[in-house]
Parts: sequence; structure tokens; C-alpha cells
Amino acid sequence: MGFLTISRLEYSYHTMNGETKALSDINIEVEKGEFLAIVGPSGCGKSTLLHLIAGLLPSEGGSIEIEGKPVSESRRSIGYMLQRDHLLEWRTTYENILLGLEINHMINEKSKARIDELLAAYGLSAFKDVLPRELSGGMRQRAALIRTLVMEPELLLLDEPFSALDYQTRLKVADDICGILRKEGKTAVLITHDISEAVSIADRVIVLTKRPGKIKKELEICLTLPDGRKPETPFEARSAVEFGRYYNKIWKELMDDEGR
Amino acid sequence: MKADKSNGMSAAQTEYLKRCVRQKRIVRMWQWLLLLLFLFLWEGGARLGIINAFVFSSPVRIVKTIVSMSKDGMLWYHTGITLLETFASFFLILFLGIGCAVLLWWNETLSKVFEPYLVVLNSLPKSALAPVFIVWLGANMKTIIVAAVSVAVFGSILTLYHSFSEMEADKVMLIYTLGGTKKDALSKVILPGNIPTLISLMKVNLGLSLVGVIIGEFLAAKAGLGYLIIYGSQVFKLDWVITSIVLLCLISALLYQGISRIERRNTRSEHASH
Repeated sequence: MGFLTISRLEYSYHTMNGETKALSDINIEVEKGEFLAIVGPSGCGKSTLLHLIAGLLPSEGGSIEIEGKPVSESRRSIGYMLQRDHLLEWRTTYENILLGLEINHMINEKSKARIDELLAAYGLSAFKDVLPRELSGGMRQRAALIRTLVMEPELLLLDEPFSALDYQTRLKVADDICGILRKEGKTAVLITHDISEAVSIADRVIVLTKRPGKIKKELEICLTLPDGRKPETPFEARSAVEFGRYYNKIWKELMDDEGR
Repeated sequence: MKADKSNGMSAAQTEYLKRCVRQKRIVRMWQWLLLLLFLFLWEGGARLGIINAFVFSSPVRIVKTIVSMSKDGMLWYHTGITLLETFASFFLILFLGIGCAVLLWWNETLSKVFEPYLVVLNSLPKSALAPVFIVWLGANMKTIIVAAVSVAVFGSILTLYHSFSEMEADKVMLIYTLGGTKKDALSKVILPGNIPTLISLMKVNLGLSLVGVIIGEFLAAKAGLGYLIIYGSQVFKLDWVITSIVLLCLISALLYQGISRIERRNTRSEHASH
């Protein structure tokens, strides 16, 4: 059995005008240490799926389990990164990073030492007492990641965490963040509508259909560089020989869906 | 361009700073000049008999009144009463405003139930209520404070509540993703994120509570600057009336300064952290 097991998950949006099926019969297994990407057209319920996994919404059918336990019981071991960093402007970098620990009353010598270690490792030590508005987009996203990581989550949910950044920063931050996650050995689920991002970052890509979101295709990603090495960063992965093939395959799946 | 060695500033920067200082000085000078001109014309007009000094008073008469009033303690007594009432209503409005806004934010059903009532109460001219308060509570300080609170409290609740609900939903969501509860969302995001709104509201409320207190004193007081204005006009001691108005000007300017100082300290503490 996998680390994260989602089986026969169902969800609908409810408004006064009626009910819209958002997700239907979703079955996903994620192994420990795996990096899964979910791509789909906008409005296919990708974010809703992450909300459900994070236990922020109650599911309406099916089950989501982490190591055999329903998510509602293991919220704390899930880290969630939103589209934008949402650093609180009135707190310094350091105080922002403390936020999760503060809420869960987990501030102690050990967690503080861990913060210092992460700040140093990801080049933010010099900026710990600075307000977010003085940080660059990449630094902000790294600070947000540290805020998530200090909670020692076993599973990371990434909700288009790079989409608010400009293209260059985006490639760089993707490299940074994936490097961090790989190094810390985290299991991660990334949702995105950017195909090349999904292929370059993930071990496996799942394609969702338009509303209601259903699993359309699952692809194992296995890349090799022209010189025979395995790519070490998402940026390198973009020049792998198989990159274009995967890209086109996913593109076709998404287009088929459009034409339906 | 040759840089100034002493502080590493270029000539253009020095020139720019100089220009800023000069402009500031010109503004200050005109502000004082206008005040002096106004006082001069007022005094001159009164002395030359162009305006009736008995009705319009004059700067010198006001100074004399202030001196004599401060000697017999009247000045301190009436100003003190008005200040006390203003502070009491100001802080009551502040606490009631924050408290009710938090309750409405906390409970959506509650806010939906109360919204139309608050809107109506907010647009009601509060001076219409003052006579009712006198009948209910008597002609005393209680009535004045209640009247002043009623002037600003409904608007404050509405402003704060709207500002709370306009807080980015994702910032609140962030708290939940970190395992927090609604209480954490309130104390970590909603309240600290709304301090600028709170400060600008305090500025408005200061003026409004002063208005409310004076209205209250017109109708129900035996002391205070509002009472002095009414009493002075009835016994034709217009020096008292005008002096009271001048004192009110000074009070509101000083109180406003106080809040501006809080505001500056708030923004500075945000800056000071590097």
C-alpha cells in the first residue's frame, strides 16, 4: 500500500442554482518520497482535490488515507503551499516562518535550531529580520517553503506554487524548491497547468479531465540527458531527450479533452 | 559628477534634498502667515469698529478671557470635563466597535441578521436620539457619553466588519493549512492585518466623539465647553463662546497629533525591523 491512498473520491460544489460535480471517481496512490504532478485544464477541480487531501474540505464519498489513517486525523503532517507565498506583511521573515509553530505551540530550542539551519541552507539568514516587501519573489517563495518545512510535514501539497512568479524566477525557484524537497526526502503532490513544469519536476504525472475531474491518463516520467546522465534539476530535465515526447503526449491528452 | 566626500552624496542628491527642505519651509511660512493675517485682521477690525467686538470678540479679548478663566479655574474645569467625556466615549466606541465587529466576523449568520439594523442605525441622525437619552438617563454625563458613543459606534462596527471580511481569503486559508483554528485566524491575521484601518478609524472617531460630546453638552450638561458655549450665548458673554470654540480647535488638533504619533510609531516599528 502506498503512503497516500485516495480511493473513489467524489466531490461536488453546491450553490443556490444547483450542484456541479467537481471530482468523480478519483483513485491515486503515492509512494513515500515520490513527486507526483497533477495537470488539468483550469476548473477541473485540481485545487479542490488538494483541499480535500489537506483535510480543509470534507469529502462527499470515497476515502483519503495517509499510511492507512484518514486525513482528518493526521492534519499536522501535511504541508500545504499556496499559489502565492502569503507572507504576512507585518511580520519579519523569521516571524513569518514561526507562524505555524506558534499556532501549534511547537516553538522550542530544537525547532528554532531547525529554522536557523534551513535559513542558512537556503540563503535567507541575512534576511531573517527583514519585512517580506524587501524580499525578491524567489526569496519570498523560499521563506514560505521554510515556513511549511519547519512543521516537519510528511506530505507536501503544492498548489501551483510557481505560477505567480515571472518566467525566469519561476525556473530558478522550481530548481530551488525541488532541490530542497528532494534533499529532505519529502513526498509531494504538485498541481499545475504548466505541462513542462510537471514533466521537468515530477516522477509521475496524472492528467485530469475537465469538469467533472476524472483521471484520464497516468504517465511515469523517466528522463535521460543527451550525455546519458539523469537530470539533477528541473532545469536540466528540460533538455532531456524524452522531454518533448512526454510534453506532446500530455498536450494531446489535454487537447482531446478540449475537443470533446 | 563629483560626490560629496563627507557623506557620499552626489551634488544632485544634495540639491534635491535642499529643494525638499525649501518647499517644506515655504509651506510652513504660509501656514503661519495666514494665521497671523487672520488674527491681525480680526483684531484690527475689532479695534477700528469694523466688526462689533462684543459679538465677534477679538484675539486680545480671547487671550484675556483665557487668562482670567485659568485664574479662577473655570478653564481647567470645563476643558477637563469635555476631555474626560471625549476620552470615555472614544474608548467605548473603540472597544464596542472591535468587539462587535469580531462577533459579526466570527458568526456569518449573526452578521447577516444584524447588517440591515446596523445600516439603518448608522444612517439615522444621532442628534435626534439625544433628547430621548435625556429622558431615559437624565441630564448628566451618562447621557452625554451615550449620545457621543451613538454617533460613531455603528459606523465603526460596519467599517471594521467590512474591513475584516475583505481580508484576503487565502491569508485566512494559510492559517488553516498550518493547522490553525478560527481563533488563530483572528489573532494572527485579521486583527494585526487591520491595524492601519483601525488607526484611520480612530482618527475619524476622535472628531465624531468630540461632535457627540458637544451635542450632548448643548442639551444636557452643567459643565464642559459645550455647556459654556450655550450658556455664554444665552447671557451674551460671547467672549466665552468664542474662547470655547478656540479651545475646541486646540483640543482636536492636539488629539489628532496624538493619533498621528501612534500611526507613525506603528509604521516606524515596521520599518525599524531591519
